Amino acid sequence: MSAYIPNIAFAVLFFALVGLFVRNVRRIIRNIKLGKPANRSDQPQKRWLHMTRIALGQSKMVRKPLSGALHVFVYVGFIVINIELLEIIIDGFLGTHRIFAPFLGGVYDVLIFTFEIFAALVLISVFFFWTRRNLVRIKRFWKPEMKGWPKWDADIILYAEVVLMGLFLTMNAADYWLQTVAQDSHYVQAGSFPVSQFLLPLFEGMNAGSIIAVERTAWWLHIGGILLFLNYLYYSKHLHIILAFPNTYFAKLSPQGELSNMEAVTNEVKLMLDPNADPYAAHASDATPTTFGAADVTDLNWVQLMNAYSCTECGRCTEECPANQTGKKLSPRKIMMDTRDRITEVGLALNKGEEPNQNTLLDNYISREELWACTSCNACVEACPIAIDPLSIIMDMRRYLVMEQSAAPNELNVMMTNVENNGAPWPFNQQDRLAWREELNI
Amino acid sequence: MALTTNIPTMSELAAQGKQPEVLFWLGCAGSFDERAKKITKAFAKLLIKAEVSFAVLGPEESCTGDPAKRAGNEFLFQMQAMTNIEVLNGYEVKKIVTACPHCFNTLKNEYPGLGGNYEVLHHTQFLKDLLNEGKLKVEGGSFKGKRITFHDPCYLGRANNEYEAPRAVLSKLESELIEMKSCKAKGLCCGAGGAQMFKDAEPGDKEVNIERTEQALETKPDIIAAGCPFCNTMMTDGVKNKEQEGKIAVMDIAELLEQAQDL
Repeated sequence: MSAYIPNIAFAVLFFALVGLFVRNVRRIIRNIKLGKPANRSDQPQKRWLHMTRIALGQSKMVRKPLSGALHVFVYVGFIVINIELLEIIIDGFLGTHRIFAPFLGGVYDVLIFTFEIFAALVLISVFFFWTRRNLVRIKRFWKPEMKGWPKWDADIILYAEVVLMGLFLTMNAADYWLQTVAQDSHYVQAGSFPVSQFLLPLFEGMNAGSIIAVERTAWWLHIGGILLFLNYLYYSKHLHIILAFPNTYFAKLSPQGELSNMEAVTNEVKLMLDPNADPYAAHASDATPTTFGAADVTDLNWVQLMNAYSCTECGRCTEECPANQTGKKLSPRKIMMDTRDRITEVGLALNKGEEPNQNTLLDNYISREELWACTSCNACVEACPIAIDPLSIIMDMRRYLVMEQSAAPNELNVMMTNVENNGAPWPFNQQDRLAWREELNI
Repeated sequence: MALTTNIPTMSELAAQGKQPEVLFWLGCAGSFDERAKKITKAFAKLLIKAEVSFAVLGPEESCTGDPAKRAGNEFLFQMQAMTNIEVLNGYEVKKIVTACPHCFNTLKNEYPGLGGNYEVLHHTQFLKDLLNEGKLKVEGGSFKGKRITFHDPCYLGRANNEYEAPRAVLSKLESELIEMKSCKAKGLCCGAGGAQMFKDAEPGDKEVNIERTEQALETKPDIIAAGCPFCNTMMTDGVKNKEQEGKIAVMDIAELLEQAQDL
């Protein structure tokens, strides 16, 4: 019976931590569903292509060649090493060791080779990432919204990757020693281990028993670390490794310049323009929403909330933002981070079965000054490597300010009055629209 | 050569039972702003030269609603849109060309959902076609060898993915096109979009148009080419701020082509 203790321990660890993760994922889905409906079920073929190109193919990531290439190494490394993870999990449950090796033969050798090369590339990339963040201090990583937890979060992810890759290679190195030097039959000959073989000198003077201990310890810490890291995602910007995919699938496909027409307003305007309409009859049957635009996260749609959970805080949006470049408070990344912070706050209250507090995204998180600094130039939308749309949130919040609070800056009120009265943003007479024709010398 | 064609309005043509091939939508800047009216005139001259059948709406044109929409006033936008759509559909307009990327974007992307379906072209796209079809020709134009940098309007470029048409027209001038360090999809805004044109900027270190003008000046241009009346104003102000107005001209693509043609 005691022979099965490792299997049981593994099963308990696995189900506890995967279970916790599933619970948290459910909470995120519940929170996203607090958003208003938005129909993104159209054009499935185009959506698959969009996701394949941008998320799977990293097409927007590589627009910055250096960070793009480094990211591709970490991303591909993550994906291929997940194949190894499958074997580790099966071994954990069955108490086997490298269960795929006898079946796959030469292919297994190739796989191990690939995993090790990518583990090394991940380590190198992470070193560069850390250097760029902490020594080179690239500007976008040091903006005001990156103080405190967001800075920690970014570094923790890098440290976690170093630890996990380190454990992976240590585990392999010990295994390789046991396969080749000790020729232990439990440790099946599994290939060439191109990277970890260079760690063998570390085991100089150790006996087989200690090296088995090293191998087992690294194995357990590695899988345990991965399961802990999985649960870290819920609290972290690193959630993008999952959400980048649905986020690009459900992204807006129409031209970036198109700002959606609000249906509720269309109904109202049609009523106003139709001389035969009976306003009372229409109002009774037509359920208009309680608010125009967005004051809080629950006024946003679910895609916008998913955007917020998907954001990796890379700051490419903020770096391209003309307002931010010229020293204004607006940072599109902060818009996304604030949205996530607020939906998290609302979600935490729901977890406890309480009513969310009276805070709102507007004013408690995002100031009016930020919203009015936007030029709607779409640079942030264009820059985002996973098709997040900060502009849509800014516009929805402006809509709230103008249509619910009449709180536009005064100059904009003047402009709008002109449009209303003269059909132009300036106080010119509509009848003079042909004046240029009289001036034309032809 | 003196061109003698009068430019008709839609209602004048309708009174004669006629319908033009294309409506030239001027936009508010193109109708009223002194600088932008020059662009309107230049483009109209090119249309006449190319013998395009076109008309304007004149007093029946009204703001597309773009600045109201981007300021957050969806009500006012849709009021404007539906009023305009009623006029456009009344004249059975099929094709619209405009020299304003904001009008272009709104007419093309936001009017269909409200019942206004037209083929909408930016004037640089229209001019490119006229040049390709041989209806307009540039021969040894006066801009040969000049250094020109093109400022991408956000609402033509990123908003509608059109980077090529204005450059195709510029290439016909046999001038030297020099790109700014941020151009095309990465082009920096002039600072006017999203209704910023009509208000002061929020507190910061710098005006956006100054930043963009500095990028343009880095290319040491003779001419900064624009494709939007608002960008034109912002860049002109930027050039004045840098006290370069004697040396560097800010010109619309239509103006460049018209002057190269020496109409």
